[in-house]
Amino acid sequence: MHRREGLAKLTGRERYVDDLPLDDFLWGATVRSPASRGRVTAVRFGRGIDWSQFVVVDSQDLPGPNEILLIERDQPVLAAGYVRHVHEPVLLLAHRDRVALRRAVAAVTIEVAPEPAALDFRVPPRPEQIQYGADNVLKHLRIEKGDVERALATAPVVVEGVYETGAQEHVYLEPQGMIAHMDGDVLVVRGSMQCPYYVVKALTHALNRDEQHVRVVQTPTGGGFGGKEEYPSTIALHAALLALKSGRPVKLVYDRTEDMAATTKRHPARVRHRTGVTRDGKLVAQDIEVVMDGGAYVTLSPVVLSRGIIHAAGPYACEHVRIDGRAMFTNAVPFGAFRGFGAPQTHFAGERHMDVVAHRLGIDPAELRRRNLLRDGERTATGQVVNDGTDRVAVLERALALADYDKKRAANKAGGTTRRGIGIATFHHGAGFTGSGEVMLSSRVDVAGLPDGRIEVLSANIEMGQGTITVFTALAAARLGLTPDDVVVAEADTARVPNSGPTVASRTSMVVGRLVERACDDLRRRVNTGGRGKGEGLKRAIMDWHRAHPGGRLVGSATYERPPGIAWDDHTYTGDAYGAFAWAAYIAEVEVDLRTYTTRVTDFVAVQEIGKVLHETFARGQVQGGVAQGIGWALLEDCKWQDGAMANAQLTNYLIPTTEDLPPIRVAFLENPYPHGAQGAKGLGELPIDGPAPAVLNAVADALGVEPTTIPLTPERLMEIAERGARNAEQRRQ
Amino acid sequence: MTVHQPGTLREALDLIAGKPEAVPVAGATDLLVHWPARVAEHDRDYVDLSRIAELKAIAFRNGELMLGALATYWDVIHAGRMKEGFPLLVAAARQVGAVQIQARGTWAGNIVNASPAADGVPVLMAYDAVVVLASRAGQEEVPLDRFYTGYKQTRRRPDQLVVAIRIPWRAHDVAVFEKVGGRRAQAIAKVGLAIAHSAAGWRVVAASVAPTVRRCTAIERLLTDGTPVRGPDDLHPAIERDVTPIDDLRSTAAYRKTVMARLLYDDLRGVCPAFS
Amino acid sequence: MITLAFTLNGAPATVEIDPADRLLDVLRERLGLTGTKEGCGEGECGACTVWLDGLPVNSCLVPAYQVRGARVHTVESLDPAALEPLLVHGATQCGACTPGVAMTACWIVGHPEILASHSLRELLAGNLCRCTGYDGIVAGVQAALDAGARA
Ligand SMILES: Cc1cc2nc3c(=O)[nH]c(=O)nc-3n(C[C@H](O)[C@H](O)[C@H](O)COP(=O)(O)OP(=O)(O)OC[C@H]3O[C@@H](n4cnc5c(N)ncnc54)[C@H](O)[C@@H]3O)c2cc1C
Ligand code: FES
Ligand code: FES
Repeated sequence: MHRREGLAKLTGRERYVDDLPLDDFLWGATVRSPASRGRVTAVRFGRGIDWSQFVVVDSQDLPGPNEILLIERDQPVLAAGYVRHVHEPVLLLAHRDRVALRRAVAAVTIEVAPEPAALDFRVPPRPEQIQYGADNVLKHLRIEKGDVERALATAPVVVEGVYETGAQEHVYLEPQGMIAHMDGDVLVVRGSMQCPYYVVKALTHALNRDEQHVRVVQTPTGGGFGGKEEYPSTIALHAALLALKSGRPVKLVYDRTEDMAATTKRHPARVRHRTGVTRDGKLVAQDIEVVMDGGAYVTLSPVVLSRGIIHAAGPYACEHVRIDGRAMFTNAVPFGAFRGFGAPQTHFAGERHMDVVAHRLGIDPAELRRRNLLRDGERTATGQVVNDGTDRVAVLERALALADYDKKRAANKAGGTTRRGIGIATFHHGAGFTGSGEVMLSSRVDVAGLPDGRIEVLSANIEMGQGTITVFTALAAARLGLTPDDVVVAEADTARVPNSGPTVASRTSMVVGRLVERACDDLRRRVNTGGRGKGEGLKRAIMDWHRAHPGGRLVGSATYERPPGIAWDDHTYTGDAYGAFAWAAYIAEVEVDLRTYTTRVTDFVAVQEIGKVLHETFARGQVQGGVAQGIGWALLEDCKWQDGAMANAQLTNYLIPTTEDLPPIRVAFLENPYPHGAQGAKGLGELPIDGPAPAVLNAVADALGVEPTTIPLTPERLMEIAERGARNAEQRRQ
Repeated sequence: MTVHQPGTLREALDLIAGKPEAVPVAGATDLLVHWPARVAEHDRDYVDLSRIAELKAIAFRNGELMLGALATYWDVIHAGRMKEGFPLLVAAARQVGAVQIQARGTWAGNIVNASPAADGVPVLMAYDAVVVLASRAGQEEVPLDRFYTGYKQTRRRPDQLVVAIRIPWRAHDVAVFEKVGGRRAQAIAKVGLAIAHSAAGWRVVAASVAPTVRRCTAIERLLTDGTPVRGPDDLHPAIERDVTPIDDLRSTAAYRKTVMARLLYDDLRGVCPAFS
Repeated sequence: MITLAFTLNGAPATVEIDPADRLLDVLRERLGLTGTKEGCGEGECGACTVWLDGLPVNSCLVPAYQVRGARVHTVESLDPAALEPLLVHGATQCGACTPGVAMTACWIVGHPEILASHSLRELLAGNLCRCTGYDGIVAGVQAALDAGARA
């Protein structure tokens, strides 16, 4: 089955939030803080503008608490006299003419009496920089297994390393935007988002409305990658405040620069590894310290940190593990959800470090991984027994064979002004919410039988390119023996769909897809076909039911149930962190130009075990897109900070890969069905962003015989490292 | 905002003679970047050159190539004889932006925009291009290597338009264009180089390493004199004299200098006997 | 306001514009042709690609007044059947880049002779896509070319 909405997208018929027809509306805009921290001493409205023509909203206009409801309530909807980061929203304006509005925004001056800002998460804050708790630590988490200190003390070899990853901008191609208007006494907000019910919660809280008076509708979403997980709540609130005050529909759509400058990015991180190994390469102890930059508000940092540390030890067996994680407050624009959710940062460090260990021991990096990959029956860092029957070594072997690793590794380097190298990453990604998260979400999906015999899948999980609509259609059709045209997937409109949880954490196909199947089963039970009716028989039964119950609603539904035998302890951080992990081995081949130190990825092999491939084209597309994003993060994507603001908030200066920057990405799947996922599927969306960066850097290490530790590995940085290495070698020889 | 759309050059020159503050518009690939946000610029006067047929020509005649002011990169990539006669123009044009930019961007716009990182300017300069300026008062020709007076400063008077670019047609035995951008396509140069050798001598032009694109006369002299060069490091004294790279959003001064030396050395080693 | 007359998707069109309008604004706001997307407004992403006198250009960088008398084609003019290969090969995911990609793709397919001097990847470099990693796009265009060659 091809993408259900694919032709609408290809022909431009699909309407995104900025495309929706709207009558008699106002454009909204945000006036932001110019400073990283301080008291707002004045807001000046410039001369030459008739301000009476503008709707102006500030923090005083909030009907409810000035809080964006998320994990904590520390982030204001609009700064109330005090700002904590550059670009923090202070004021909202609306006007019917967009150009007039732009001029007005430029004419507002926000004056701030500056106070000392904390801008480097890697150094302990000075007393005057402390703004959160006693030490600016937003969250501290720890995983402990065995006795790391003892194991390290007796380990034959201990290898240390410090690894750093930079912020990454999502660059979903559709910038963020929302439309708000009143429909009677119901506030309606439409827009680009991943989590309609997060937006509902944020609106009801800060606007002091109940759920009956708030309706959120997701519009086709032009990419999210996590960037439209929590941030849309802010824009929704802003649009809503302007609509409430003006009594008119308000459209608030960011341009690219505002989107890049003001919205969230991937958390920068620093990870330190101290690893004890035997001489033949068996891991005996992993001591890992993770520090992430959370930015100026808590947002999702605690859960990003959590996923980060849970993945930090890699897919390896090791008796003694300690992982200490902290997310730091800084006066940076808050960092947030981004595909991978902390795991890419820790996997980068872990997988880069594995090669450093291999080089130290003189063992081939592939062999080192072979010796340590988890075997069934062994335990992860949190003590989760892995027993899924997947042969993780076979995943690696498949990748090695596809990449022709042994031959390439022996043959590489050589050649005039270029050097070639090949690098591996083996890694895993837990699908669904961490620990008890899914239980707490208690997601529900409905499947309705319609009077014409078709069925409608109702969920809050949205399509943003990953294929939700098509996959849900296929799952429901298969379950009920219907054709795809007998299945409708409802628009994610909170007035109609139940809360099936957010579209994040690679959970949609696996977790929610399973609920779709179960809701289909429930529907069949309800139409009372004796459990046998499928296909045409079922359609007839549905139509009969409606004839018997005119005007009635025939709905099957399913609510999440924890798979048996899963246990997680949130206090000790032990137990089954995820219902299932997807497993992968990625191999990159690179060519480095010694004149310019530009690195070109010349081949990329991505092999993964994901339970069951629900849709070959989509699955391949997810992997290729994730790999592309990972290669960008590894080599190109460099957020430049100036006084807490992103200095290169333009696509001209923040470079993402073009067609010419990527090789064809070769993808292969292994399948080992997961009994609690839809048709056996495990999550796939995030996995592919975890592996490319370490694989690429390991390939560069192989090519040049250096150990780069920081991404993005720009040519400037690589030249510095390579030539410093050469200079040092020179000195040693002398 | 007022837009004037003259149909002839004469009209256009009359217009800007009376309104020297009016901004000429060609392909608008520089002028319209982030346009909605640049509200202050919406208040100005513009002279759209796109209707002036006389400015569209590309002609080979009298031993030279004449590019009209509206000639685009795409025009040059696909013009007959260009690849044989002026391979550097084609090489540079293909590295400007992507097709969508090449289809609209003009060589004259590239010259007047005066970005130190321009790709069109270095190859034109390496070919000894001459900028033909016209005003109501008459025509003036300024060699491109003397067109820039400082960062974003040119010898063009506000009442002048670039009407053409003249490029002498010479046989070159060396013609190299190098662009090191932040990525492999659609990127602004961190270092750009155009190297050419003909009966007229050596031309070495560098971009993104000084406030303007400029000829590297110290390097050219070194080549002319046949000074022995045994490695990239031997080029550094001349590079120090020729360029003044800086640290900015896109790269660092140190990187730019080192890369410039290496590319020059690597490109010249095969063709210049003094390079060993 | 000025009056702009041009040929849009093969038919004559007349529209009142502000001199500061970009072609993109005219298409989207004044003519309601929202298929053309704004991804950046700086000429980088190609989501706004249209054909101007037969060549792909970024409509965010075209002053609307310049298209007077010109031929403009937008994504709305494309034949859905011609887009089938892109659909099949996974050239679209979120769809935000897709109208621009479709315009460049169909332009290439309509001018296969360009491939004598240019690679597909070079011709597609002006269309950023964050979802697909480009393989689905390249495969889709190749399939469309192959289908064209057979036809
Ligand atoms: C995405 C993108 C990528 C780009 N990539 C590159 C690149 O790789 N390399 C590169 O060099 N450039 C690049 N550019 C910049 C730009 O495309 C070029 O500089 C182009 O040549 C400008 O030509 P234009 O006709 O579009 O100029 P316009 O934008 O029309 O004008 C530019 C300037 O020149 C003036 N002007 C134009 N014509 C005349 C004339 N005849 N007489 C007097 N003044 C005139 C204008 O007033 C204006 O000041 C890129 C731009 C974008 C948006
Ligand atoms: S919107 Fe025109 S190129 Fe991005
Ligand atoms: S399909 Fe989403 S950006 Fe290309």
